[in-house]
Amino acid sequence: MSHQHILGIDRIACEGRGLCGELLHELVDLDEWGYPIIPDPTVPDQLLAHAKRAVAACPVLALRLDRVERPPNR
Amino acid sequence: MNREREADPALRLGEQATGPHGSRLLSGWFTTGARAGLTEHLARYGPPPLPQTGRPATALIRAVDEAGLTGRGGAAFPTGRKLRTVAEARGTAVVIANGMESEAASRKDSTLLDLAPHLVLDGASLAAAAVGADEIHLCLARTRTTQFRDLDVAVAERYRAGLDPVPIRLHGLPHHYVSSEETSLVNWLNGGQARPLPTPPRPFEKGVDGRPTLIDNVETLAHLALIVRYGPHWFRSAGRPDAPGTTLVTLSGAVRTPGVYEIPLGTTLAAMVQTAGGATRPLRALLVGGYFGSWLLADQVQNLPYTKPDLATAGAGPGAGVLFALPDNGCGLSETARVLDYLARQSAQQCGPCRFGLPAVAGDFATLAWGRPDAALLARLRQRAGLLAGRGACRHPDGASRLAATALEVFVDEVHRHLTHRRCPGARTAPLLHVPDAPGPEQEGWQ
Repeated sequence: MSHQHILGIDRIACEGRGLCGELLHELVDLDEWGYPIIPDPTVPDQLLAHAKRAVAACPVLALRLDRVERPPNR
Repeated sequence: MNREREADPALRLGEQATGPHGSRLLSGWFTTGARAGLTEHLARYGPPPLPQTGRPATALIRAVDEAGLTGRGGAAFPTGRKLRTVAEARGTAVVIANGMESEAASRKDSTLLDLAPHLVLDGASLAAAAVGADEIHLCLARTRTTQFRDLDVAVAERYRAGLDPVPIRLHGLPHHYVSSEETSLVNWLNGGQARPLPTPPRPFEKGVDGRPTLIDNVETLAHLALIVRYGPHWFRSAGRPDAPGTTLVTLSGAVRTPGVYEIPLGTTLAAMVQTAGGATRPLRALLVGGYFGSWLLADQVQNLPYTKPDLATAGAGPGAGVLFALPDNGCGLSETARVLDYLARQSAQQCGPCRFGLPAVAGDFATLAWGRPDAALLARLRQRAGLLAGRGACRHPDGASRLAATALEVFVDEVHRHLTHRRCPGARTAPLLHVPDAPGPEQEGWQ
C-alpha cells in the first residue's frame, strides 16, 4: 500500500506565528497577518524532512503531518 | 418575471395534506389556519410508527434512502446515508435536532416549529429509533423564549401520552451565527462553548459524550416523519426524480407577500417569486441561500430550477432555503456590506481568517459601498476575499467569501459607479435585506 503525507492545520490553535511559512516556504505561504495559506497540502517526498521540521517548530502545535493512503491515479 | 406555473405534482395524501403550493409539512396550517396541537396532530397522522424495540431499523433507513431525502439545513447531504453511518458506528448513538436557525434571513424552521411541532418531534423519535439512540436533544435559540416554552409544553404532552420511548430534552443555546454549526452544538452539549470545533472528528464519528451523533435540521426530521408514514414513493411524487420532495423556503425582498412557503424542489426561481405574490418592482438580482449565499442576476436565472445541482451550475446552492429579491433601485453593494459587517461581528473569533481576514474584507466592502474607493482598494478586496475560503475550522469564512465574491461579480456596474464616485441611488436608502441588530458574542458570551 502506497502512502503520502498531507499537511494539516488546527485553525483554532494557530496563532499566525508564521514559522511554517519560513521553514516550509515551498508549500506554505502566509497571509498579511501571518496565517498560513496552503494551496496543496500534499508533501512531496523530497520535502518530507523540511515538513517534519516545520511541524516540530510550530510553537502552538497547530501544524501536523498526516500519513494517508495515496489515492489512485496520482 | 414570467409567471411559470409548473404542472402541479399532485400530492396524494388524502384531502388533508393537499394544500396550496402542494404543501405537506404545513398542510395542517393551510387546512385549519391554526398550529397543530397534539390532539389534532394525532387525529391527522396517528402516533409515529416506531419500529418495535430491539429490531433493527434498517427498513426505516432504507425508506429514507429510497425517498432521496437530503438535509434541509444547508448542506443537502443525503439523510439516509447519514442515518446509516451513525447506525453502524460503534457505541450508542445520540440524536440532535437542530432548530437554531441562525440564518437571519430565514424563518422556515421557526415557522415549522410553531405550526407543526409534533411532526418535528415525531421525526426526532423515528430518527433515534433508526440509529439506536438513547438520547434526543432539541437545540433552540435561547433568545426565542416563546418558542422554547411552546415546545416544552409539546414535549411534556407527548411524554404524558407515552409517544417518545427515547426522552426528548430541550436546550436553549446562545444565538450567534456560528452557534448552529454542528460542532458548536456538540461543543455546547458537552459543557463547552457554542463555538465550532476543529474537525476531524466529525460528530457522526465522535460527538456528544464522544458517541456517534446524528445531527439533523428540524425540517429534515419533519420530512422523515412523513416518509416513514407514507413511503418513499409518496415522497417522490413531488419534486423531480433527481431532487425529490418539497422544501420550505423563506422568500423576502421586493415581493408582494414575503414569508415562508413550501415548494416542490425543481420549482424555477421565477415561479418562486410568483409564489410570494410576484415582484413589486423589476428585479436586479436574487440572493440565493442566505448570508452565505450567492448573488445571481435576476434576468439570467428566471428559469433556473431550485435544486442543488441546478443552482450549482450558476455557482449557488440552496443553503437554508432563503431567496431575497433585490429590486432595480436597490444597491447590492451596500446590502452586501451590511451582511459582511454582521458576519464579521458574529464570527467565533477563533481562526485567523475570521479574526483578521473577514473584518478586513467587511471594512473594504464598506469603503466600496459608502466611502471613496479606488482601484487599489478593489484589488485588495478581491484578493482578501479570495483568501478566506477553506482556511477556518468551520465554513463561516467560506460563506462570507462567496457572498463577497458573487456581489463583486454580479454588481459590476455598481462597482464601476462607486469607483467613479457617481451617485448610486440605492446606497443611501434604508436597508432592504434584514440584518439583525443582535448583541454580538462579545456581550452575550458563548456559554
